[in-house]
Amino acid sequence: MLKVEGLCASVEGKAILKGLTLDIGPGEVHAIMGPNGSGKSTFGHVLSGRPGYEVTAGSALLDGKDLFDLETEERAQSGLFLAFQYPVEIPGVSNMEFLKASVDAVRAAQGLEPYDNVGFMKRAREACTAVNLSHDFLKRGVNEGFSGGEKKRNELMQMMLLEPKLAILDETDSGLDIDALQVVAAGVNAMRSPDRSFIVVTHYQRLLDYIEPDFVHVLAGGKIVRSGGKELALELESKGYAWLEGAA
Amino acid sequence: MANEHINAVIEREYTPGFTTNIESDTLPPGLDESVIRTISARKDEPEWLLEWRLAAYQKWQAMSPPAWAKVHYPEIDPNSISYYSAPKSMADKPKSLDEVDPELLATYEKLGIPLHEQAMLAGVAVDAVFDSVSVATTFRENLAEAGVIFCSISEAAREYPELVRKYLGSVVPVTDNYYAALNSAVYSDGSFVYIPKGVRCPMELSTYFRINESKTGQFERTLIIADEASHVSYLEGCTAPMRDENQLHAAVVELIALDDAEIKYSTVQNWYPGDAEGKGGIYNFVTKRGVAHHRAKISWTQVETGSAVTWKYPSCVLKGDDSIGEFYSVALTHNHQQADTGTKMIHLGRNTKSTIISKGISAGQSSNAYRGLVRMSPRAHGARNYTQCDSLLIGDRCAAHTFPYIESKQPSAVIEHEATTSKVSDDQLYLCQQRGIDPEKAVSMIVNGFCKEVFKELPMEFAMEAGKLLEVSLEGSVG
Repeated sequence: MLKVEGLCASVEGKAILKGLTLDIGPGEVHAIMGPNGSGKSTFGHVLSGRPGYEVTAGSALLDGKDLFDLETEERAQSGLFLAFQYPVEIPGVSNMEFLKASVDAVRAAQGLEPYDNVGFMKRAREACTAVNLSHDFLKRGVNEGFSGGEKKRNELMQMMLLEPKLAILDETDSGLDIDALQVVAAGVNAMRSPDRSFIVVTHYQRLLDYIEPDFVHVLAGGKIVRSGGKELALELESKGYAWLEGAA
Repeated sequence: MANEHINAVIEREYTPGFTTNIESDTLPPGLDESVIRTISARKDEPEWLLEWRLAAYQKWQAMSPPAWAKVHYPEIDPNSISYYSAPKSMADKPKSLDEVDPELLATYEKLGIPLHEQAMLAGVAVDAVFDSVSVATTFRENLAEAGVIFCSISEAAREYPELVRKYLGSVVPVTDNYYAALNSAVYSDGSFVYIPKGVRCPMELSTYFRINESKTGQFERTLIIADEASHVSYLEGCTAPMRDENQLHAAVVELIALDDAEIKYSTVQNWYPGDAEGKGGIYNFVTKRGVAHHRAKISWTQVETGSAVTWKYPSCVLKGDDSIGEFYSVALTHNHQQADTGTKMIHLGRNTKSTIISKGISAGQSSNAYRGLVRMSPRAHGARNYTQCDSLLIGDRCAAHTFPYIESKQPSAVIEHEATTSKVSDDQLYLCQQRGIDPEKAVSMIVNGFCKEVFKELPMEFAMEAGKLLEVSLEGSVG
């Protein structure tokens, strides 16, 4: 599904990723952990094409398609979704209007007709219910005045409607209380399927109690220094990252 | 990054920029008494109106253009402008649409304003003004049944002299400002509306202003009188061909809302803004003001996307007790456009209320200023004003300014002023793009969201048009 090789990237001239290689098969869930500043969030943004994030070497293929040949919106249209750590507000643009524009654009790229308004409204309401957001959120401005937890659930709701091939969750667990965490995890688990893969970026093992990963990778100094199964997360929880950082 | 995107979106095409090739009767450039006499004669005006014009001309000569606005442009030589231009075919005053030059009708057709009633938007009557004359006014019979008068102001001066004489210059005095005085001396055409007592005007009234001829100015004059307890909604639209020269448009609009009457006045202004380098475009220097008597309401809504320079403050004099004034504005500037626009709310009566919602959007290297006055007179017990003034910046070479003036001589009056300035941020664009939305669509969505509170005040057909107009205006602002 996703094949990343020797990826090097810099932000404002500073090298952050220094030869990252990762292979993700269909239906797999990969957790990426690592200390602060190791490049975890950068990795997600480089894949999704954040302006200002420069790829200096390496490649990333999504279903054989070179992501770096595509504009940011084309990557999204190809099925890449990034749940933001800090989603921004867009005042005055209703969540509903934003979602419809988003889903229509992604469907159009796939040669599909846009949903009719009534049908779409129904789906959007179902997605809200699934992440325990009141339907009123559809009428409010995008992330406008949402609490931290509401923003995260709003991201998840968008993921459900967009049905991506590859979803990257960038510290979706940060700032969530335990109840919200369970809601988010249940949402992700419900989305798991043999043809959808996940990259779960997190600091804490806690999230992985609820979203069970197939693989755990430790990112340090801009590359993956250790990979393993879910037991690696437990090991990190008890030993911290320091013993691995030498390996970078 | 966002700036590159934005700049590409704003390379816009000005679709109404075509020229109509038509034979015109145009006065040579220059202004003196004989020009005024000629204009008055062409319009078969009564003697008192000519006298009124000449008196205005006398006063104007001693006045100078206002210099306080935050706009810069080379001095305009009043003698370089032609003050009257009319299609030759209009000289015989066609009695019906069938007698109107098909070339003129085609022009309006092309602008999306078909003048044949069967093709028109149901429920909207149109007065079409081409350079200095009114070409046609539609649905007049239907309106007459309700007692509503809707015609060109030239015709009104002949047919309804007592109304025109009573109210012309009663809201905007001849000496109000340099451009108002000039307009009073040389105004050529415009619309006249009278709604009788207790009548709710059965359709939207609208005027479409078109400047065609080069080196001419357009000086239109609009007078709307809503008699007691009547109601009217009026819309105006404006376009002009693309030309390298700057053309002057100096209009005066006067509204009179008598006791318990309501006037809603909406403008979608899309004069030619000049090219990307700031060459050409209309100078839009307009005086608009209304007087609201007891319990009357005047509501201004404007969407300003065109013109090289805009200088415009649609205002309300809240004369009667419990009268209401409203001002909703979206002003978008791009490339080298400059706008200094806002309103004046003059609270004279008791318990008068006013609301000001202003949304300024600056892109390119443009400058956009809100200038507003709220004045509470000593009599204005219990008066209230709420002002909200938001600026949105697109890119990093434009400017937004806010100049609020607040004067209160009545301790019980309440005045609220809120202001914000924000930017279309890289992060907002990135969020949209990450969700599959292309950056042009994203910018127009963000801008439309920003303007929502104003657009919802426009009549439905205009709200759609305004949204589309913003999309076109912002084309090339991202890329």
